[in-house]
Amino acid sequence: MEYFLQQLINGLTLGAIYGLIAIGYTMVYGIIGMINFAHGEIYMIGAFIAVISFIVLGAAGITWVPIMLLLVLIISMVFTSIYGWTIERLAYRPLRGSFRLAPLISAIGMSIFLQNYVQLVQGARVKPMPPMIQGGFTVMERADGFAVSISYLQIIIILLTTALMAGFTLLITRTELGRAQRACEQDKTMAGLLGVNVDRTISLTFVLGAALAAVAGVMVTLYYGVIDFFIGFLAGVKAFTAAVLGGIGSLPGAMLGGLLIGLIEAFWSAYFSIEYKDVATFTILVLVLIFRPTGLLGKPEIEKV
Amino acid sequence: MTALASQQSGRPGLDLPAMLKEAGVTALIALALTFPLVGLRTVDVGSRLTVSPRFTEVAIAVALVFIGRIGLILTREKQALPVLVVSLGVAAAAWFLPFPSAALKVIAIAGALIIAIRAAITARSDRSTLSQQERDRAMDRLGARVQDAAVWIGPIAILFAIVLPFMPFANRSVVDIGILILTYIMLGWGLNIVVGLAGLLDLGYVAFYAVGAYSYALLAHYFDFSFWLCLPLAGLLAATSGVILGFPVLRLRGDYFAIVTLGFGEIIRIVLLNWGVFTGGPNGISGIPRPSFFGIADFERRPPEGEIAFHQLFGIAFDPMHRIIFLYYLILALALCVNLFTMRIRKLPVGRAWEALREDDIACTSLGINRTNIKLAAFAIAAMFGGFAGSFFATRQGFISPESFTFIESAIILAIVVLGGMGSQIGVVVAALIIIGLPEAFRELAEYRMLAFGMGMVLIMVWRPRGLLAHRDPTILLHPKRSARQQQADSEAGE
Amino acid sequence: MTAITGTPLLEVEHLTMRFGGLVAVNDVSFTAMKQQITAVIGPNGAGKTTMFNCLTGFYSPTVGRLALHRDEGIFLLERLEAFRISQQAAVARTFQNIRLFAHMSVLENLIVAQHNKLMKASGFSVAGLLGLPVYRKAEKEAVELARHWLDKVKLTKFADWEAGNLPYGAQRRLEIARAMCTEPVLLCLDEPAAGLNPRESGDLAELLIYIRDEEKIGVLLIEHDMSVVMRISDHVVVLDYGRKISDGTPAYVKSDPTVIRAYLGEEEHEELPPEIIRDLPEVAEREEGA
Repeated sequence: MEYFLQQLINGLTLGAIYGLIAIGYTMVYGIIGMINFAHGEIYMIGAFIAVISFIVLGAAGITWVPIMLLLVLIISMVFTSIYGWTIERLAYRPLRGSFRLAPLISAIGMSIFLQNYVQLVQGARVKPMPPMIQGGFTVMERADGFAVSISYLQIIIILLTTALMAGFTLLITRTELGRAQRACEQDKTMAGLLGVNVDRTISLTFVLGAALAAVAGVMVTLYYGVIDFFIGFLAGVKAFTAAVLGGIGSLPGAMLGGLLIGLIEAFWSAYFSIEYKDVATFTILVLVLIFRPTGLLGKPEIEKV
Repeated sequence: MTALASQQSGRPGLDLPAMLKEAGVTALIALALTFPLVGLRTVDVGSRLTVSPRFTEVAIAVALVFIGRIGLILTREKQALPVLVVSLGVAAAAWFLPFPSAALKVIAIAGALIIAIRAAITARSDRSTLSQQERDRAMDRLGARVQDAAVWIGPIAILFAIVLPFMPFANRSVVDIGILILTYIMLGWGLNIVVGLAGLLDLGYVAFYAVGAYSYALLAHYFDFSFWLCLPLAGLLAATSGVILGFPVLRLRGDYFAIVTLGFGEIIRIVLLNWGVFTGGPNGISGIPRPSFFGIADFERRPPEGEIAFHQLFGIAFDPMHRIIFLYYLILALALCVNLFTMRIRKLPVGRAWEALREDDIACTSLGINRTNIKLAAFAIAAMFGGFAGSFFATRQGFISPESFTFIESAIILAIVVLGGMGSQIGVVVAALIIIGLPEAFRELAEYRMLAFGMGMVLIMVWRPRGLLAHRDPTILLHPKRSARQQQADSEAGE
Repeated sequence: MTAITGTPLLEVEHLTMRFGGLVAVNDVSFTAMKQQITAVIGPNGAGKTTMFNCLTGFYSPTVGRLALHRDEGIFLLERLEAFRISQQAAVARTFQNIRLFAHMSVLENLIVAQHNKLMKASGFSVAGLLGLPVYRKAEKEAVELARHWLDKVKLTKFADWEAGNLPYGAQRRLEIARAMCTEPVLLCLDEPAAGLNPRESGDLAELLIYIRDEEKIGVLLIEHDMSVVMRISDHVVVLDYGRKISDGTPAYVKSDPTVIRAYLGEEEHEELPPEIIRDLPEVAEREEGA
């Protein structure tokens, strides 16, 4: 029971991070119907910018953790967003109206490019970060001394994710941008005719997705304490699985899928085998796509004839 | 079009502030992109991570972007000729100027050349860029010309490949590179059946390569089977795994299909990695037997008692190159088999159905074509060729591990197909020479290889999604006397 | 209702198709006869194309029996997988938004239509790979059949063109020729005259009459172009809001008050020109990158 509870906490933390990345996949898929394969790399870049800005801020004498965390989040979101914007502009926009698989191939190329770019400019070695936020609560303790604990960091991650999700839901349901986005999802030509700036809306979608991925990057840097140029691939596939599981195109679905994938991974590692935890994710991906391609919360698609 | 051009050239002079602003914004974006990641490099000092600034690089990169953008604006504003001259000059100068890193030098030269090309096109056509259609048409013509030329280029290339090991310059490393390139050509031709003909984006092709390699290694390891027995078995096993994996997923939509195949590829790799007892885990399998000369003789200096070695069989002196050259011919023969097979099957109902599926699968259904079976055939046949290539890889290396079968390997094979032109057999050869051959030739630039490779995939999609030499000749003609293409060109001109 | 006489080819009984709460086709029954042209007409959204998709296996109907009578026996279309409807029941169709194999040549389009026949002749590729005469002969016959239809649709000259480069009207004709190359007993045409100019519609009408009278094949067509429908049909079925509202000879239907009301009666039925209607879903689809 205690062990189970501990895995639940760990799984939720992990799931929150996956969920944040998954939103980027799901939004882009919703609006232009492409799998942004390079999104995992965006998250990796977010993590690198986080590490760099932690070091720079530390060197500049800003060591009070809340301020530092806030600044790092902002810096990472801003710079990562610019990456998101540029990638869309250079690698995807020219391909609108090309054959269906072209954007996916371009995204794969972009993903390889970004991975090697970061490896080249930042080195291939893992980047360790000293733990910044330590300590936590002990929720309960078993007679044999096994304690269920939740760290402050885990609380921050879960709270921040919840807050971001709430804000994001408001953004999509209440604002002009959200309306424009949903209009473009339905029918880009019509939206364009009715005065929605389609290009800008799509760009903003990429920017938002990148910003959320950057937050996930910051969190992972803090949570695991090590990053390298290759973390984007697996995290990307897992987040994509989360998006598919939740129902691609659906925002709550992405978050739900993220949580489920996080929990599955935590429990699988705890109770079955840690070596095969990635196989678990891939298997879920394959099974969901084969048996329920609309995911848990997605809308069914009818084959048009 | 002329009206538009004259309108543009009729515009009063250059708007300098607007131009500077546009270029400035681009440079600012470049600054934001490069400043944190390039400008601040994380380095380990003792046990701590610190950053070391590299602002010169950032400054040069931003300056290059600024100048490049101005060049492009000027080209757009009908100043193509001066831009052409200047950019060529810059490219030449960049060649000699010292740069803090090789990457910047490459960027400077390549960027200047690209601008020069655009300026040249503008100077000739009086427009800044060609439309997608015009580009396509120009490249189609090139593709068609190459296709026509294939009639004599093909045999010459094959002849060259055959005599290559006996050329004076063909030392061991040349033949090794030849083997490597031929392996990828074979894989590319195999994948071309799925991607190019049937239009299914398979991101897990390496899985079948792995199945082939491990089939041979394990069969040889556990049952002592010879290479010549294992080769068909490995192909069969790979084809079977293709059918098993393919059956549930073939009805998925294009992009989902791609991701699922990627998933399969990774699952197979992780299983190979972790199933230590059977596959040797991350250490892989070593001591895989080398192929014999068709089971008659081995390539050993001193064969075991009672057996005869290759050099003894032919009464020549022992040379370790014999085995390498034999391997070279082996892969050449395998690759040519795949090519011959593809060229023939294109003209058969299955092949035509593959291409029809790629064009419109709903129409195929309405014509009574069983989509699943046809796709499965493509998947299984490609998997079989992947399996052949895999067991060749195993026997050549003598050692395999899951490391060799990562996603990036799938991506490389896919890039060969995509770059060369989907469905174009000669395109695969050209692309394999570029992607595999060039980095081998310029080893000093090896660290940029994957970078350029990723960039290349993006560029080719933006610039010509169907691939460099994509061109399709009809598989059957009703009026064979005059070339159909010529006829079409005539009537287009007449329109 | 006037009686239509003939030998039944396709009997549609109580066909109903629901999408969630929407009833696109509601309890429609009619019989199409052999060697007749049966037209299905009705305002937009009347359920014509949905009915077609049920007939050709792209949707499986919620309720209904679709019996196709052939010399070999009766085929229940609602039970057949989509591809078997052409392969076994010999029902061929065309599409509202033309679906050709655009990058393949005109001739190849017609050869692909003969896939199942050629597949058998090629010994499931084995004989074909070996280049045996069995297959070469079959392919020659396939080309002859293709040439026959190319002559009929006046595209022989363009046989080696890429299908996508043909003008619009020629693409429509090619699609019909392709469907005919499957050697069907029933040809289903989804708005074959849409986007054609008057001369081309005239040619089309001639072609359909040829198919009926010389090839002796039943034709089922959805059409908006009343001049074509009234000129060539032997039998007209009118749908509105998914229901059948009239059924009979062209003359009867033309004067049926229910039909007149459905087309002209109420203001909201004011129709956009068919060209515009046709283009709308296509634009959306193209945008989705479908």
